[in-house]
Amino acid sequence: MTELKFADLQELAAEILGVDPEQVQMEVSFARDLAADSLDLVELIAAVEDKYGVELPDEELEQMKQIGDLWHFLEAKQASAAEA
Amino acid sequence: MEREVFRVAVTGLGFITPIGQDVETVWSNLVEGVSGVGPVTRFDCSQHSTKIAAEVKNFAPEDFMDRKTARNIGRYSQFAIAASYLALEDSGLVPAEMDPDAVGVIVSSGAGGIEEIEKNQTILMNRGVRRISPFTVPTMITDMAAGQVAMRFRAGGPNYAIVSACASSGHGIGEAAEIIRRGDAIAMLAGGAEACITPLVMGAFGQIKATSERNDEPERACRPFDTGRDGFVMGEGGVMFVLEEMGHAKRRGARIWAEIAGYGATADMYHFTAPEPEGRGAARAMRRALDKAGIAAEDVGYLNAHGTSTKLGDLAETKAIKSVFGDHAYNLAVSSTKSVHGHLLGAAGAMEAGACVLALDRGQLPPTINLEDQDPLCDLDYVPNRARPTTTRVAISNSFGFGGHNAALVIRKPDLN
Repeated sequence: MTELKFADLQELAAEILGVDPEQVQMEVSFARDLAADSLDLVELIAAVEDKYGVELPDEELEQMKQIGDLWHFLEAKQASAAEA
Repeated sequence: MEREVFRVAVTGLGFITPIGQDVETVWSNLVEGVSGVGPVTRFDCSQHSTKIAAEVKNFAPEDFMDRKTARNIGRYSQFAIAASYLALEDSGLVPAEMDPDAVGVIVSSGAGGIEEIEKNQTILMNRGVRRISPFTVPTMITDMAAGQVAMRFRAGGPNYAIVSACASSGHGIGEAAEIIRRGDAIAMLAGGAEACITPLVMGAFGQIKATSERNDEPERACRPFDTGRDGFVMGEGGVMFVLEEMGHAKRRGARIWAEIAGYGATADMYHFTAPEPEGRGAARAMRRALDKAGIAAEDVGYLNAHGTSTKLGDLAETKAIKSVFGDHAYNLAVSSTKSVHGHLLGAAGAMEAGACVLALDRGQLPPTINLEDQDPLCDLDYVPNRARPTTTRVAISNSFGFGGHNAALVIRKPDLN
């Protein structure tokens, strides 16, 4: 898995959601703060899956309300990859 | 009770085209005959028989819409929004300040978001279902540009696309004018947008030998009515009109560019792609448009031909013009400005209606360029190679599409009072 850097996630989300990278912070809500609708999220997840070589099951996706949720998911994936 | 029939003014023009993105540049290139055709740069066309097109260069969608919208809509919708922005700016009309029903939108397109369909088909084949863009459906559908324009400018009246291949925006402007005439909107944003300089579409037109293969001389490739013509040259772009009920336009002191005085629509009933050889369907469309305008054929001084630079099309249209105008056909100035801006397909009708509006306004007839060896069977006055002055007050714009669709618009210089 590609090394995790928050700045990379900021850049990726900013590009896809049409916002500035500094707007992408742990506590911001996809829907409320970044005006991301379900179409935007599908695109963002596809980009994250490609970049980090992970797969987000749909049930995980439904739980993701803010950037931090996505970040923590990636951290967990990295930890389990490191153990393996 | 009989309902009032309204008249329809053109109060705004917006051009995003291969020959310019503002009225003055477009007009100067039309009248000087400066071609917008060049080598294809949008994709690698080394395998294609046709390697030239009239592309829109230096287009910056972010100038007209937010970054996210620009990213998530098709190129044809970007053209539609940008051209609508310019047309509204030109007209001074602000739909957001009007009753939501007052302003409608018709954006015509032949192929809509075909570029996005092609891209996502490639993704499907190479990377699987889970990588198909979530924006595929909303970007590919041909009605989306009209929806996007309504959202962007808060225009809540009648809203849809009219699709008739290369006649699409001729029909779009004609039908939008009818909507105003019958009182269903005070104003309409109407026109066309097309962006299909793509591997599949260029390849497909190449397979039926519809497009010119004069790849070494792009600027000379589109040569309507010339013996050396060998097919059309693909263009792209968006051209939008603000059409407005005449009384409303006058009361608010808007500049009235012209009046959409008549509109005719017919079918050839003949073939998928070939025009009916005598041009009978086209002739019926022109006659109906003149009849509805209450204008005699002899009063028309300029005709902007569909004139795509195909062997069959230019000849059939010439015959159609002769059958409608009789002896006056030889006094009528006919030009195909496609020779300059290429064939904008679904946006062609709006591009060329725009050329008619400007020709009437400026009193100059834009030429047919590359007319060096005129086809003896095409024996009208095609305004070869050089613009010339005119005093005419009435023009016709013809648009014909695969499927045998014909549209004719009669455009009149506004009354002085």
